Amino acid sequence: MTERQIRLATCSLAGCFGCHMSFLDIDERLFDLVELIEFDRTPLTDIKHCGPCDVGIVEGGVCNAENVHVLKEFRKNCKVLVAIGACAINGGLPSLRNNIDLWDCFQEVYQYEGGLEGGVVPNDPELPLPFDKVHPIYEVVKVDYFLPGCPPSGDAIWRFLTDLLAGREPKLEYEQLHFD
Amino acid sequence: MDQPELSDCAQQLTQILTRHGRDASRLLQILRDVQDACHVISAQAIDLIAVHLAVPRVNVEGVAGFYSFLSTRPVGEYQVLFSGNITDQMLGQDELMQYLCNKLWVEPGKVSEDGLVSIAGTSCTGMCDQGPAALVNGWVLTNLDRNRLDLIGELIRSRKPVAEWPPMLFETADNIRRADMLLGDALAPGAAIGAVLARGARETLAEMDKSNLRGRGGAGFKTASKWSFCHAAIVEEEGHVICDVGGPPERVIVCNADEGEPGTFKDRVLLNSYADLVFEGMTVGARVVGASKGFLYLRGEYRYLLNRLEGVLKRRREAGLLGNAILGQADFSFDIEIHLGAGAYICGEESALIESLEGKRGRPRNRPPFPVTHGYQGRPTVVDNVETFACAAKIAEKGGAWFAAMGTAQSTGTKLLSVSGDVASPGIYEYPFGVTVRQVLADCGAEDPYAVQISGPSGTCVSWKEFDRCIAFEDIPTAGAFMVFSRKRDVFDAVRNFTHFFAHESCGFCTPCRVGTALQQKIIDKIHGGHGTLSDLEELKRLGHLLKTMSHCGLGSSAANPVLDVLAKFPDAFEHKLAGLAFEPAFDLDGALETARKITGRDDEWAHL
Repeated sequence: MTERQIRLATCSLAGCFGCHMSFLDIDERLFDLVELIEFDRTPLTDIKHCGPCDVGIVEGGVCNAENVHVLKEFRKNCKVLVAIGACAINGGLPSLRNNIDLWDCFQEVYQYEGGLEGGVVPNDPELPLPFDKVHPIYEVVKVDYFLPGCPPSGDAIWRFLTDLLAGREPKLEYEQLHFD
Repeated sequence: MDQPELSDCAQQLTQILTRHGRDASRLLQILRDVQDACHVISAQAIDLIAVHLAVPRVNVEGVAGFYSFLSTRPVGEYQVLFSGNITDQMLGQDELMQYLCNKLWVEPGKVSEDGLVSIAGTSCTGMCDQGPAALVNGWVLTNLDRNRLDLIGELIRSRKPVAEWPPMLFETADNIRRADMLLGDALAPGAAIGAVLARGARETLAEMDKSNLRGRGGAGFKTASKWSFCHAAIVEEEGHVICDVGGPPERVIVCNADEGEPGTFKDRVLLNSYADLVFEGMTVGARVVGASKGFLYLRGEYRYLLNRLEGVLKRRREAGLLGNAILGQADFSFDIEIHLGAGAYICGEESALIESLEGKRGRPRNRPPFPVTHGYQGRPTVVDNVETFACAAKIAEKGGAWFAAMGTAQSTGTKLLSVSGDVASPGIYEYPFGVTVRQVLADCGAEDPYAVQISGPSGTCVSWKEFDRCIAFEDIPTAGAFMVFSRKRDVFDAVRNFTHFFAHESCGFCTPCRVGTALQQKIIDKIHGGHGTLSDLEELKRLGHLLKTMSHCGLGSSAANPVLDVLAKFPDAFEHKLAGLAFEPAFDLDGALETARKITGRDDEWAHL
C-alpha cells in the first residue's frame, strides 16, 4: 500500500448533506480516492474535530455560532478550503429566511405553533445560537475554491478532486456546470 | 385599497387606454399614465391592460416591474424621490431626506400609514448644478434646504395638489456659464432645413462628412457614417424602394434625451432653451437619411419639459417646419413624437431605448444587427444624442468646413460640459474640444480640486496629477459630465455612490452584470463598514475584469470603471479603510448574534463569538 499523504476533511454547516450524498455518487471511484487520500473529519469517519489537513470541503452556509467555530477550525487546519454547493457559496435555501425577522421566526416556531417547550423559547447553551441572517461562508473565512451546483454532480466533484490532487488548477467542463 | 377607489381607477384606465388608441407599442406611456392616476399599477389594472391591448399578461407585468417610476405596490399620494447622485449627497441630500422623513413620520422607502406620502431615493435627476434636488410625483424640486422642506411638509400635510404648489419650488435655471458656437448665436427656425433643401440631401451628407462630427453621447461614432448606413439600409432603385431589411421600408430618426449618466445635465438645458435647434437637427437628419418618423425619447425625470416641448413642436408644425410638405417641399414629410421614459438608466443605451420606445422592458438587444439597419420596429433607425442633433443643425446651416475648423483633428466642434461638485459656478460650459481639465477648473472656480469624474460613473476619474489632459476623443472622451471633488472630499464616497448606482440600474438580463454589480457593491460596503482587507481589493480587481469582459452591454462593461480607476489612482482612498492585510469577515460576527441573545435571554460563553 502506497503512503497516503494527502488528508481531506469535509463537513456540512447549514446544508442538507445533499453535496455529501453527491460526493458518494463518485461510486467505485471512492476506492481510487482512498488510495490517494486519508480522511480526517468527515461524516464518514465520525471524527469530531478537524486536524491539520491539505484540503477541506465545506457544504452549507453559516447560520449559527457553532457553524463559525467549525468553519474557523477548518480554515485554520486546511491548506485549501473549498466551498461546495449553492448554500456554501451563496447561502442557498436556508438563506430564504433572511427576509424574515428573527423574532417572527422564533415566535412562529416556539409560541404560535404550540406543543414545543410549552410555548417558551429554549435557552439551553447546548443549542447553537442562530444569526439574524444566513451567510455564505466566504463572508466569514477566506475561501480558495468554489465548486458550484445544487448539488454539484459526482462527476464534477471527481473532476475537481482529481485536478486538485494532481496539482492542476481545477477546471470544470461546461457539461459539468450546467443542468439542462 | 377600498372598492370605490378601484372602480375609479378602472374608469380612468379605460380613458387612458382610449387616449393611447389601445396601441401595445404605447404600453410604457399607458403605464406611466396609470401610475400617475392611481399611484400604483395594481394586479387588476395589469389584467385589464393585457386584455385591452391583446398582449400576454406577463408582458404588461414585466414592463411594470422594470421601470423605477412604475410601481406594482402602492406609493404615497405624494411620492418624494430624492436625487441620489454624489453631488446631491455632497450638498447634504442624506440629511435632508431624513429631515423630511422625520417631519412627516415616515421611514425612507416606505409609505406612511395613511397612504399620504412615501419618501425614497432615486438615481441622479440631472439637477446637479442646483441640488439637492428631488422629484415630487414626477415634478422636479431644486435647491432644497430645510426651509423649503418645511414648506413642502406643510403642503403635503394639507393635501394641496402639486399643481397648486408655489412655482418657486419648481424653478430651474439653465446656468449657462460659457457659450460658444452652439449656445452663442441663435439659429433662425427653418434656416438649417432651408439650407438642406437648397443644397440637397446628398450634398448635406457630404457636409456632415466633412465636418467630422462625432456622436456626443460619449461613444463618438461618426455621425455621417451612421446616417449613410441608415440611408443605405433601404435600397432605392429607379424610384422603387427595395427593402433589404426585415421591417417596413421606412426609416426612423430618434433623439436620445434619456440623459441618465449621473452628473450630466446639458441635454436638459438644450431642450429647455434650444429645442428648436434640436428639432431642426432631427429634421435635417430626416431629410438626409429619408425618414418620415421621428421620436424624442425624454427621460422621465425631465417630464416638466414635456408641455413646453409639445408647444415647440406645435409651433413648428404651424410654421411648416414639421408635418407634410415641409417648407413647401412636396416630397418631404416628417414629424416628431415625444415618448417619456420612466426611470431606467439602461434606456440611454440605444437598443434598450428602442425596446422602450416599442413599449417593452429596456433590455439591450444583441448587436449586430445594429439599429441603423434594424431599429425601431425593425426599421433602419438613427439614434443620436440631443447635442449631436443640435450640432447637425449648425453644420447644415454653416457647412462642414466651418465646423471642422473648431476643436482638434479627431474631435471637431465644441462640447457642452455639465460642471458640478466643489466649484463656485456650477452649470453648462461650452468649449472647443481640446480644452484642458485645468482650464475648465479655473473657469468654474474649483476650490482646491483633487479629482474630477469625467463623463459620469462610467467615464474616467482624473486625478490632480493629470489636470493637463484634454477633453477630446484623442484623450478623455466624454458625454459631458464633469464632477469636481476638492481635497477635503473622500473619493471613496464617490466610488461607493457609483457602485450602488450601477447595482441599482443593472437591467438584470445578463449574469455578469446583474451579479457582478451586486457583488461589487457588497465588497465596497464591506470596506466602508471597516471590514475590508487586501484580499477584498484583489477580489474587486478580478470582478472588474469579469464585468468588463463578460457583460452584455456597456453598462456592465463600464460598471467597474470608478472602482478600478480610483484603485489605480488613489490607492490610499481604499487602503486607509482596510481593517488589515489578512482576511476579515464581512460582518460583525458577535453583533449578528445579538438578536438571538435577546430573544433567548442567553449570555453564556457559547452565545458569543
